[in-house]
Amino acid sequence: MLDWLISLWSDPNTRWILMGCTLLGLGSGVIGSFTFLRRESLLGDTLAHAALPGVCVAFMLHEVKSAGLFLAGALLAGVAAVFCVSAISRWSKIKPDAAMGIVLTFFFGIGTVMLTHIQHSGSGSQSGLDKYLFGQAAAMVTSDVYTLMGVSVLLIAAAMLLFKEFKLISFDPGFARGIGLPVALLEHGLLILTTVAVAAGIQAVGVVLVAALLITPAAAARYWTDRLPAMLAFAGVFGALSGASGAAISTLGEGIPTGPVTVLAATLLFAVSLLLAPRRGLLSRALRRRGLRAEYARSAVQRSGALEAAEGGERR
Amino acid sequence: MMDFWIILTAVLVASACSILGCFLILRRMALVGDAISHAVLPGIAIAFLMSGTRDSMWMLLGATVFGLLTVFLIQTLQTSGLQSDASIGIVFTALFAVGVLLISLNAQHIDLDLDCVLFGEIAYVPWDTWTLGGAEMGPRAVSMLGITLTVILLLLGLFYKQFKICAFDPAMAAACGIPVLLFHYLLMGMVSMTAVSSFESVGAILVVGMLIIPAATAYLLTHRLGMMIGLSVAVGIVSAVSGYLVSYLLDASIAGCIVSVAGILFVLALLFSPSGGLIAKFARRQSAARSA
Repeated sequence: MLDWLISLWSDPNTRWILMGCTLLGLGSGVIGSFTFLRRESLLGDTLAHAALPGVCVAFMLHEVKSAGLFLAGALLAGVAAVFCVSAISRWSKIKPDAAMGIVLTFFFGIGTVMLTHIQHSGSGSQSGLDKYLFGQAAAMVTSDVYTLMGVSVLLIAAAMLLFKEFKLISFDPGFARGIGLPVALLEHGLLILTTVAVAAGIQAVGVVLVAALLITPAAAARYWTDRLPAMLAFAGVFGALSGASGAAISTLGEGIPTGPVTVLAATLLFAVSLLLAPRRGLLSRALRRRGLRAEYARSAVQRSGALEAAEGGERR
Repeated sequence: MMDFWIILTAVLVASACSILGCFLILRRMALVGDAISHAVLPGIAIAFLMSGTRDSMWMLLGATVFGLLTVFLIQTLQTSGLQSDASIGIVFTALFAVGVLLISLNAQHIDLDLDCVLFGEIAYVPWDTWTLGGAEMGPRAVSMLGITLTVILLLLGLFYKQFKICAFDPAMAAACGIPVLLFHYLLMGMVSMTAVSSFESVGAILVVGMLIIPAATAYLLTHRLGMMIGLSVAVGIVSAVSGYLVSYLLDASIAGCIVSVAGILFVLALLFSPSGGLIAKFARRQSAARSA
């Protein structure tokens, strides 16, 4: 166990990847908290699936595999997807959740067509594009890790700088508009940050599961606190822990994909929070309910005793 | 003959999904369909590991149980106070991760490719046949989908009125004495069954696409449930057949092409629907402005 940890740290390549994944988890946890509070968690899923055609187009145009280019492609595709979702739900009677489902599958379908087209055409068959579906952090090269780290730092910095504004639009957009904040602009900014988080996470965690990095740490953090700064900190730590354990455990075997391990680590943290968190956790709620019930039973006995005594009956 | 079996499989998937999709759209549960079709993966993987074969009945059972488990978990998290979007997201990503991990850890025992999990390999359907008493019974996927479609038609035919009331007004259904929860789980069971039987041939994403897109297209075109189901099936079948042709021309994934064609049909309905389409709305606004 200790040897394994030391070997993780001594191999420079693994060390970089570990740090990259940790920072990525941190950044997505923080941004995810805002999307969680705005009840837009599943938008992350839509963005992730919609990124596939963007990544494919970026590859088709330049025929090289580079994290920066793919990030740009994913970002553009994500923005297009968000626009489509809001257009469909504004201009027709289709509900936002169905609109997300439509855009998600439509974009992913187009992405699949492009991906298989690239693979069959031969030139890009070894492009490693299929690694993007389930994530393989070990396949990242140093420049990819730099991009990942840069993006994560950007996400965290943006969340710090615009903390007050994002807090307002998460809890009370009407009030935010009332005091003169540019709400539409801020909402778009937050969406773009979410898209950046998703696009950066795809390489490590994969298209299908990257949404979990936004949702699960934030939902787990919500159980521990009622204050936003503390929630951001919890979500960041949970995300970082999941990212780190995903990257570390996937070095153990050749066939272990990073994405699922990361997601399962996050889910484990969520389950622990759900059960054991003070005040909001299931266990403490059950204990409190039992305490209340006992309390009530005691006071009821007292009251009925007093009542019977007042009516002249015998005290039991 | 090959083409015939592939198109038949696609048409069966499209019909089963687009019928159920109507009820999902009306109950505003489109994304629960998405969640189920991802979350049946561990069920399929475990059935593989336990039975050691591609025996369809085990797979159908095991994975349908997982589909219902998904619905149950989502509902439990919701009643414990978590908002619905987050509970859907957490449950299906976790279950899908378990499935992917099981498959990649047991790659030598499970004859299932990870890419195939997402896109399916409908092109291989005709080779995977089964025999009964020495007689060739055609592709296995076709018979599995046939059974699923029969079950769906049977259940919906018997309880059409109940499903309809539950879809539009669950409170009234409960007041009429209809066991709403039972019908809810019945619907979810059918969705899981469809997801499982389509999974191997067309993959998770096509299932989601076929569940949501044709039904949403039909929803834009009509106000009547019977009509909506009919239109939805028509859209599904048209996209299945033309998607296959497009994929032949582009040399690309059949499942992806089918979903893309369905998406294009949806965009057309969004623009040109006679009642609620964007162009009709625009024209109405113009004529109203002129008469004012």
